[in-house]
Amino acid sequence: MDLKEKLVSSFMVFEDNVDVHSPVHDIRTEAIKNFEAQGFPTKKQEAWKYTSLNSILKHDYSVFPKNENALEFKDIKKYFIHDIDAYKIVFIDGKYSSYLSQTTHEGIDVCLMSSALSKPKYRPIIENYFNKIAPKDGLSSLNTAFSAEGAYIHIPKNKLVDKPIQIIHFSTGNEAALMLQPRNLVVVDENSHVQIIERHQSLTDNPVLTNSVTEIFADRRAIVDYYKIQNDRQTASLIDNTFVNQKDESIAKVHTFSFGGKLTRNNLNFYQNGERIDSTMKGITIIGDKQHVDHNTLVHHIEPNCESHQDYKGIFNDNSTGVFNGKVVVEKEAQKTNAFQANNNILINDKATINTKPQLEIFADDVKCSHGCTIGQLDESAMFYLRSRGIPEKEARALLMFAFSNNVLDSVTIPEIKQRITKIIANKLGVKIGFEL
Amino acid sequence: MLKIKDLHASVDDKSILKGINLEVKPGEVHAIMGPNGSGKSTLAAVIAGKEEYEVDKGEILFEEENIDELGAEERAHKGIFLSFQYPVEIPGVSVTNFMRTAINETRKAKGLDDMPANEMLKMIRDKSELLDIDRKFLSRSLNEGFSGGEKKRNEIFQMAMLEPKLAILDETDSGLDIDALRIVANGVNKLKSKDNAVIVITHYQRLLDHIIPDFVHVLHNGRIVKSGTKELAHELEAKGYDWIKEEVGA
Repeated sequence: MDLKEKLVSSFMVFEDNVDVHSPVHDIRTEAIKNFEAQGFPTKKQEAWKYTSLNSILKHDYSVFPKNENALEFKDIKKYFIHDIDAYKIVFIDGKYSSYLSQTTHEGIDVCLMSSALSKPKYRPIIENYFNKIAPKDGLSSLNTAFSAEGAYIHIPKNKLVDKPIQIIHFSTGNEAALMLQPRNLVVVDENSHVQIIERHQSLTDNPVLTNSVTEIFADRRAIVDYYKIQNDRQTASLIDNTFVNQKDESIAKVHTFSFGGKLTRNNLNFYQNGERIDSTMKGITIIGDKQHVDHNTLVHHIEPNCESHQDYKGIFNDNSTGVFNGKVVVEKEAQKTNAFQANNNILINDKATINTKPQLEIFADDVKCSHGCTIGQLDESAMFYLRSRGIPEKEARALLMFAFSNNVLDSVTIPEIKQRITKIIANKLGVKIGFEL
Repeated sequence: MLKIKDLHASVDDKSILKGINLEVKPGEVHAIMGPNGSGKSTLAAVIAGKEEYEVDKGEILFEEENIDELGAEERAHKGIFLSFQYPVEIPGVSVTNFMRTAINETRKAKGLDDMPANEMLKMIRDKSELLDIDRKFLSRSLNEGFSGGEKKRNEIFQMAMLEPKLAILDETDSGLDIDALRIVANGVNKLKSKDNAVIVITHYQRLLDHIIPDFVHVLHNGRIVKSGTKELAHELEAKGYDWIKEEVGA
């Protein structure tokens, strides 16, 4: 039985454990039909031309883990940004871990999707926002069909959330192979501000496939600052589907740091439903071996006077492959749009590959849109400069790579994240860098 | 300290240096002058170990050791410093952190531990005072958005921090106004001692009013065609380079 059939037939088992009479279940039922009709995407589809899921779909994944597993904080501390105070929503093999989490209902709701889906007091939010912007493609539909657990974050208006929220999904490897479908909902009301850090981490070498969907709603003048740290094991793969809906004068930023995992696909869509909206998506990708990272972005400029900024940097070593497909749509009504897109890449050797494709569809006539992509090697005269100061070749390369990706870190507002990313980059490049950026 | 014997060098099969002979002893200041395209910057880059340049013939001895096979960083570790005509911008790496990395890598190459942080801070403070550098400048990204004068002053600051035996200043005067020139020259003079040496590469004589050379060499078409004392620089300033070209029959 292939994975698609297995998933479709698992849906009935899944129904035994959820409330089939809730309105959400109608959405799930429709979603499983969508998935059944479409299945997994293939390279024949334009948006998947350079990324094949075949190698990760061949495993016999468990869809529901059999056991509840526990972890000790000291063993997994390093996967948290642990030097800051934060709310934590932690999952182990898809199940919520109250022991490792720190949630709240004081003025804001930082809790679980499972309770939000089942308790009546959350119903208005769920009805208004759940599955409202996730598209109906195969992967999102698959997640929607099995949506039961994940992070639920609701920030009512005029709240400045006092500390960041960390969402971490661990997989223990107690199953031979595990597939996870985390579902997150983030609703930020007028004038509120939240910072979120998300990470998926496998703890053994058993294959894990995560197909995650996150819907984010930023109401008028809300600020959402979202960080994705992707530094997983070589046997873990992630399909991250994140959709952001913005209203007037809101600011939403998503930073994606991709350093690990076997295959990572980021589907990141921004929909600007209002005026004077600012959308930022930035990323640093540093990979090697046979790793594959694909950034598929969309900004949909629907109304006038909005901005979008995209800046993705990639450094590719060994036989790794990078894909960047950035689509910007500017509707006829969206006059005075400013849309910027940049994708700069460095190929360390001649076996690494990058496929980069800007896609601009502009229907308005008074807009400023720019895009640029570069593929290159490190600047030799800069190398000579550093080496002539006594810095050996390897360290000099690392320093230049830091400099290359630095402007992506500029907009990171949590200093501890900046430090952590710097450290991960140094490890990734195999150097001990005696400085902090 | 530095002995260059019959040095021939080329880039992309284009021959640029065609038989240079030069000896620099500790405590000396040498000026290398010459028209554009005479090979001045190439000579500086070849001594510092830029890989694009091929040494075809001859040798460079530094403290009696042939350094031809050494990488740029190994030459730096031995005490050769090149002040760049066009310093490279490194966004996101502060001047201080850059210097800390450079000094500690040099120490590592010599089998020493990292310089203790307080010692490093004291050194940075002393050297920046010596060169009249604002401390705020040190936390800025290396060369990023620096004016021409700031870049050159930063080069001399790096020289002060690294304490080289041989410093080569490649067109350090270009793009500087007279005040900046004076500051840079004063810095170099303060760092001079009987144990180190300086090679000043310049097109014009004006820097040599501030850094007084013991010897002046005129480079033309890849060869040193005339050597003399500081008076030669004045003569070049007054008469230009054409008379030299005629004299050597070029």
